[in-house]
Amino acid sequence: MKKLLTAMMVGVLAVGSLAGCSGGGEKEEKKSADAFYIGGIGPTTGAAAIYGNAAKNGAQIAVDEINAAGGINGVPIEYNFQDDQHDAEKSVNAYNTLKDWGMQILYGTVTTGPCIAVADKTAQDNMFQLTPSASSTDVIVNDNAFQVCFTDPNQGIASAQYIAQNNLAEKIAIIYDSSDVYSSGIEEKFVEEAKTQNLNVVSVEAFTADSKTDFQTQLQKAQDAGADLVFLPIYYQEASIILKQADTMGYAPTFFGVDGLDGLLTVENFDTSLAEGVMLLTPFAADAQDEATVNFVTSYQEKYGETPNQFAADGYDSIYTIKAAIEHAGVTPDMDASSTCDALKAAMTEITVNGLTGDELTWEATGEVSKAPKAVVIQNGAYVGME
Amino acid sequence: MKKLNIKNMKKSTKSNFITYAMVILVFAVVQFMVSGGMMSSLMQGLLVPLCTYSIVAVGLNLCVGYLGELSLGHAGFMCVGAFSSAFFTKYMVPSGMNETLRFLLAIVIGTLVAAAFGYLIGIPVLRLRGDYLAIVTLAFGEIIKNVINVMYVGRDSAGLHLSFKDKASLNLGEDGEMIVDGAKGITGTPHQSTFLIGVIILLISLVVVFHLVNSRSGRAIMAIRDNRIAAESVGINITKYKLMAFSISAAIAGAGGVLYAHNLSTLIALPANFGYNMSIMILVFVVLGGIGSFRGSIIAAVVLTMLPEVLRGLADYRMLIYAIVLIIMMLFNWAPKAIEWRQRFSLKRLFHKNTEEVQ
Repeated sequence: MKKLLTAMMVGVLAVGSLAGCSGGGEKEEKKSADAFYIGGIGPTTGAAAIYGNAAKNGAQIAVDEINAAGGINGVPIEYNFQDDQHDAEKSVNAYNTLKDWGMQILYGTVTTGPCIAVADKTAQDNMFQLTPSASSTDVIVNDNAFQVCFTDPNQGIASAQYIAQNNLAEKIAIIYDSSDVYSSGIEEKFVEEAKTQNLNVVSVEAFTADSKTDFQTQLQKAQDAGADLVFLPIYYQEASIILKQADTMGYAPTFFGVDGLDGLLTVENFDTSLAEGVMLLTPFAADAQDEATVNFVTSYQEKYGETPNQFAADGYDSIYTIKAAIEHAGVTPDMDASSTCDALKAAMTEITVNGLTGDELTWEATGEVSKAPKAVVIQNGAYVGME
Repeated sequence: MKKLNIKNMKKSTKSNFITYAMVILVFAVVQFMVSGGMMSSLMQGLLVPLCTYSIVAVGLNLCVGYLGELSLGHAGFMCVGAFSSAFFTKYMVPSGMNETLRFLLAIVIGTLVAAAFGYLIGIPVLRLRGDYLAIVTLAFGEIIKNVINVMYVGRDSAGLHLSFKDKASLNLGEDGEMIVDGAKGITGTPHQSTFLIGVIILLISLVVVFHLVNSRSGRAIMAIRDNRIAAESVGINITKYKLMAFSISAAIAGAGGVLYAHNLSTLIALPANFGYNMSIMILVFVVLGGIGSFRGSIIAAVVLTMLPEVLRGLADYRMLIYAIVLIIMMLFNWAPKAIEWRQRFSLKRLFHKNTEEVQ
C-alpha cells in the first residue's frame, strides 16, 4: 500500500516535471534574434574533465574577446557549455538540452566517442558542428561537421614522415594505449606509414586504461630490442610516468610524441629535467612568443590560474573560425539552425583563419583541417621549435 | 460486472495490472504530448534511455529481489546484449534485409546471447553459497568490457576476420570494412530504438517476470531465497531454479542493451556505460525502488535517470543535489519513522475509511 502511495507521488512528480520542462523549453527557445546562440559540449566532470574544461575555458576567452569588441557583425554571442561526462548518451542529452535552449551552432564535442553519437544527431537536424578536439575521422563523416584539430591518421602519418625525413632513428619502439581511440588510431597509421617510409619498428607494446601506472615491462622490451627512439602517441600523464621509469632503468632513447604530450611540463611533482630532449609534434606551444599566443596565455592564466594546453587553444580557434565563417557567409541571427548550417558549410571551405594552433587554417569539404604540424623539442624546460 | 472481477482478483494480479496500466498510461500521455509538440527535445531524447534503464532494473530486480542473489555485473549483460545485437545489425546492413525484421532479430539475438552468458556464468557460480555470485559477476562485467576493447572484427569479400591483436593483423582486403574496431567499438549502428519499441519490450519483460514470480517455478525460487535447506529438503532442484531465474534476469538486461545499442550511433565499452559504476547504478534503482517491487524499479530508474538532466540548469550543483535526492529517497523508503509516517498518512487508508463510510 505504501508502495502505491510512493508510486503515485513519484508518478505525479514525473509527469509534472515532463510537462514543466517542456513548458520551460518553449519559453526559453530563441528569446530574441539579437544574438548568435553557440552551444558547447564536453566533459567538465569525470575522468576526462581536464580536456573539457580547457576547451570550455579557451572558447570562453574567445567569446569574451569577441563580445567586448562588439560581437560578430555587431551581434553578440550567447555561449552555453554543457557537461557530458565523456559519455555518448549524456552527450546526446546535453545536445538536446542545448537545442531547447535555442542553439544555432554547435561547438563540440570535445572527446571523440561522444562526438560520433552527437554528429549523428546534428546530421539529422542539419546543425552546423565544429569540434575543437575530437580527432577521429568517424566524427566528420557527415558534411555538416568540421574539425579544428588534426585527425588521428594525419598525426600518425606526419610523425612517421618527420622521423624518416630527419633520420631521427634506426630502430623505433612504440608504447600506446590500446583502450583509447585517440592513441590506437595514431599508432595504427604510424605503423602503416612507417612501412612505406622504411622505418624499422622493432617493438609495439600496448597498455590499457586499467594498467597505466607501470610501464617497466614495455620499456624493458623496447630496450631489449635496441630501440633508439620511443614513439609515444599517448597523453602526458602516462608519458610522465614512462619518462620517470625510463630514467630509473637507465634507458635514454629519444622520446617522440604527438599533441597529447602537450602539458607534460605542467604535471605536478614531475621533474621537468627528465623531459629534456623530448620531441613532440603539436599545433600549439604555450610559450610561443607571437603576440596572439602571448595574449591568450596571459588572459587564460589571469582568469583560470593555469597554463592553457592544446585543447584550450583549439577551443579558442574554433570560436574565431565560427566567427570567420559567419562573417564570410553573411549569416544573421534570425536564421534558423538549418539554414545557418547550409550557409556555414559552404563558407567553411572558402575561409582562411590565422589561429593559435597554426597559420592559415583551411578546410576541406570533408571537414578535415589543413594546417602544418609544428615539431618542438623540450630544452631547458621550455618548448623550442625545430626546423 | 467488471467491478466484481476486480474485487475477486488476487492481490498480486491486481498489483500487476496497476503496473501495466501505469506504463501504458505514461506511454499514452507521452505520445499525446509529443504529437501536440508539448515536449522538449531533451525529454524526447531521454525516452529511449528511460526505457533501457527501466528494463535492466526490472531484470536485476528479479535476481536481487526474488532469487536473493546480489549481481554486480548486470551492466556486463547489457554490454553483451548491446554488442551482439549491434554486430548483427552492422553485419546485415549491406544485405538489404527488411529493417523492422532485422531489428526484431537483433533484439532476439541480443537477448539470447545475454541469456547464454548468464547461464554459463551461473553453472559454476550458482552452486556456491554466500557472496560469490556478486564477486564473479563483478569480475565478469570488467572482463567483458576489456575483451571487447581488444576485439577486432572485420569483413571483406573473403568473409569475417577476427583478431585480438590489432587491426593490421586482420589482413583485410581492399573492400574490407571494420565491424568491431577494438577500442573504437562499433560505429554507425542505425537508429532503430523508438519509445514504442522500448515500451513494448518493457511490457514484455514485465509479463515475463510477473508470470514467472507467480508460477510454481517462481514459488520455488522464492523458497530457495527464504530458506535454502528447507527448499532442498522438500525436493526442489536448487541449481535448476537458480539458473532459470538468473538467465532470465540476464536476458532482460540484454534486451535493455539492444535498445541502448540502437539508440546511439556509437557503441564503445567504457567504464561509464558498461562498467562497474553502471552496475551499481542499476542496483541503486532496484534498492531505491524497493527490492522485489518491479513497479518501484521502473519508477526509480525513470526518476534517477531523468534527474541529472532536468537539473542541468543548476550547473555544477546538480551532482550534489542528485546525491541528496538519493539519500532522501533512501530515508523515505527505508527509515522506520518514515515508514510509520507513510502508513499513518497513506492515501489508501483514507480511501478505505471513505468506502467504509459509504457502506
